[in-house]
Amino acid sequence: MSANKTGRRLSKQSLNGFINYGIVILAYLVVQLMISQGLMSNSLQSLLVPVCCYVVMAVSLNLVVGVSGELSLGHAGFMSLGAFSGIIVSVTLQSVIELAPLRLFLSMVVGAVIGGIGGVIVGVPVLRLRGDYLAIVTLAFGEIIKNIIMVLYVGVDEDGLHFATSEAALNLSEAGTAIVKGPMGAVGVVKASTFTAGILLVLLTLLIVQNMVNSRAGRAILALRDNRIAAESVGISVTKYKLMAFVTSAALAGAAGALFGLNYSSTLASRFDFNTSILILVFVVLGGLGNIRGSIIAAALLYILPEMLRNFDVSKYRMLIYAIILILVMLATNNPTIRGFFLQLRQRARERKGGQAQ
Amino acid sequence: MNSKKFLAGVLAAAMALSLTACGGGGQTSTPSTSTPDASTGDGSTPVAADGTITIKVGGIGPLTGSTATYGVATHYGAQVAVDEINALDSDIKLELRFEDDTGVNETGVSAYNTLKDWDVDVIYGTTTTGPCVAVAAETYADRYFQLTPSASSPDVTDGKDNVFQMCFTDPNQGLTAANYVADNNLATKVAVIYNNGDAYSTGIAQGFIAQAAERGLEVVTEQTFPADTTTDFNVQLAACRDGGAELVFMPIYYGPASLVLQQANAMGYDPQFFGGDGMDGILAIEGFDTSLAEGLMLLTPFNATAEDERTVTFVASYKALSGSDENPNQFAADGYDCMYAIYEALLNIDNLAEIAAMDPAERHTALCDALIVQFAGEYDDAGNQTAPGISVDGLTGSGMTWQANGEVSKDPMVVVVENGAYVTQ
Repeated sequence: MSANKTGRRLSKQSLNGFINYGIVILAYLVVQLMISQGLMSNSLQSLLVPVCCYVVMAVSLNLVVGVSGELSLGHAGFMSLGAFSGIIVSVTLQSVIELAPLRLFLSMVVGAVIGGIGGVIVGVPVLRLRGDYLAIVTLAFGEIIKNIIMVLYVGVDEDGLHFATSEAALNLSEAGTAIVKGPMGAVGVVKASTFTAGILLVLLTLLIVQNMVNSRAGRAILALRDNRIAAESVGISVTKYKLMAFVTSAALAGAAGALFGLNYSSTLASRFDFNTSILILVFVVLGGLGNIRGSIIAAALLYILPEMLRNFDVSKYRMLIYAIILILVMLATNNPTIRGFFLQLRQRARERKGGQAQ
Repeated sequence: MNSKKFLAGVLAAAMALSLTACGGGGQTSTPSTSTPDASTGDGSTPVAADGTITIKVGGIGPLTGSTATYGVATHYGAQVAVDEINALDSDIKLELRFEDDTGVNETGVSAYNTLKDWDVDVIYGTTTTGPCVAVAAETYADRYFQLTPSASSPDVTDGKDNVFQMCFTDPNQGLTAANYVADNNLATKVAVIYNNGDAYSTGIAQGFIAQAAERGLEVVTEQTFPADTTTDFNVQLAACRDGGAELVFMPIYYGPASLVLQQANAMGYDPQFFGGDGMDGILAIEGFDTSLAEGLMLLTPFNATAEDERTVTFVASYKALSGSDENPNQFAADGYDCMYAIYEALLNIDNLAEIAAMDPAERHTALCDALIVQFAGEYDDAGNQTAPGISVDGLTGSGMTWQANGEVSKDPMVVVVENGAYVTQ
């Protein structure tokens, strides 16, 4: 509401940005109200944190795919890095820090840092490639991360952290615990994630991504996307700006991963596979490339949809229906008639308000 | 004009959709789940006027995805048992609702929460280990009784008094296999081939290797492969042959196992092959030459070709229910036994009618505590058992009992493939 009042002084982009914050905060308030009134089912409540994670994943991937124009198929790899580093931090600090939110915060920070480091490692060599090649290399990176974590054993005892490739080789003392056990994943994690933390992460992600897009750097990234040669000719450094977008996206995915990992008592590396990367890409594409609000809405709706289909008679075919809906949405959003219809509606609304807005 | 036509189309579509939605709501056979406020009870008390008590059993397992075979089998197996139990002249009836978890942790937790909205009393599942560990942590916190047919990692029951298993734990299965090999003098030099990207396979292999050392078996080589999609096992087999292994232990699923057998045959290597319960199903693979599996030994809790009356009846009912001609596998048998174990335990609860009359929110907690006592028996403060738990005769074993840590005690069964069929040893 306040965004509307100050609308005249704000640019269109900032107004859009404020509407996004507004939607997220409104969603948070509505959900809190519904929970306090006992109107929300257990199944919906259990989806709140993962929805936040996937919204952050979609918005951050949009920064790479939509804004920077590079196809990345390894986004789940960064999520995995964040999830497992976050879990290791949380379990290690369990006895030192009693306060769960603080532990969660530190886990997300470490998850973001590790995700960011992963982004630099992949980004520096890879962003010299373009288009299809980048897609293939990021895909491979995601699989490499998955396979490394599948053979990685991490344990903690009073001497600190131990890393090995088999449980016996960890050499833990009596008091030690194995945190990550290769293919068995991380088990016995004390859950720390909350919906509030998830919403705060979504808001932080929006703050970072939107400000980045609307900054000098963002305009440079957009220029590179639209015409690389022209942008280079005016002195824009390709590697620097592409890397900036890629690493920011990876770090945010790492933070989302930490939030995700600490929302379940066990996490398997095999969860963060190629399919998960594609799922996030689907959210981004259906929401609209470069459209932040579209990513938020698409991620939230499409993640909840298959769970909601459980409650109908059609539950046997819910994954089939889910797939059909994906196809229909894709067709509908690309149909010129439908697009024209919504454009007309918008135009009419603008004409009606015409006097005030202009 | 065009947009008006389009608008009309959209509205028509919306109306059609809302109509089908109403139709769906009217036909739905499960009670409405839209009233999440469990504390009010919404009148769905499980005690009917004639005194029958209906206990809601919520099943979770993969009905879609790469592990769907197992989930579908446990679903049908359990449904066969539920139908049989409900046909009995008894006051206790079971109602089974099965939710899909696609074999993924987070979806398993969502499925569990959907069942909670349904006011579930007992959780049956999950079928696969990964989601089961995640769901078990939730049921432990919420106090629901949980019995899994086939999630075999010790992490499933570790530290949770409310979770029980129908299958052996992975390390126990490895240990049992090593004992069997040593007891029957099958070999002194053994090799292990396992999938180190899979918790099940790794767990059994580690249990086997530890117990083999204990029993004086020499493990000449440990060979691994990364995923069930691996197709070339020549390197692993050559290592086994060069190490002089007389027996190759393969705690892997039947898909890769069939390839191992083919390739061993092609290279003229013929040791004794020994598998775990994941090998069950190898004879049913289309296009697989079953003569290659001749002499293969495997640990499996269930033999669908056995001729005792109960197995024969079960196989017939299973085929009728699933509408296919395929024999049920061990997952189906585990599911069947789970329902009978729950039923047996319910029969032994003295104050079941009293518990059933409670509000859903209190009912599952009371039922959980009562069922734990029935399964594990009673213990005094010193940890000595004062009263034994239930003993169940099922398809996968007779006289099955449970320890307080949730693990099942039953005799292992070893079968050998002879003339293309299982022969129980």
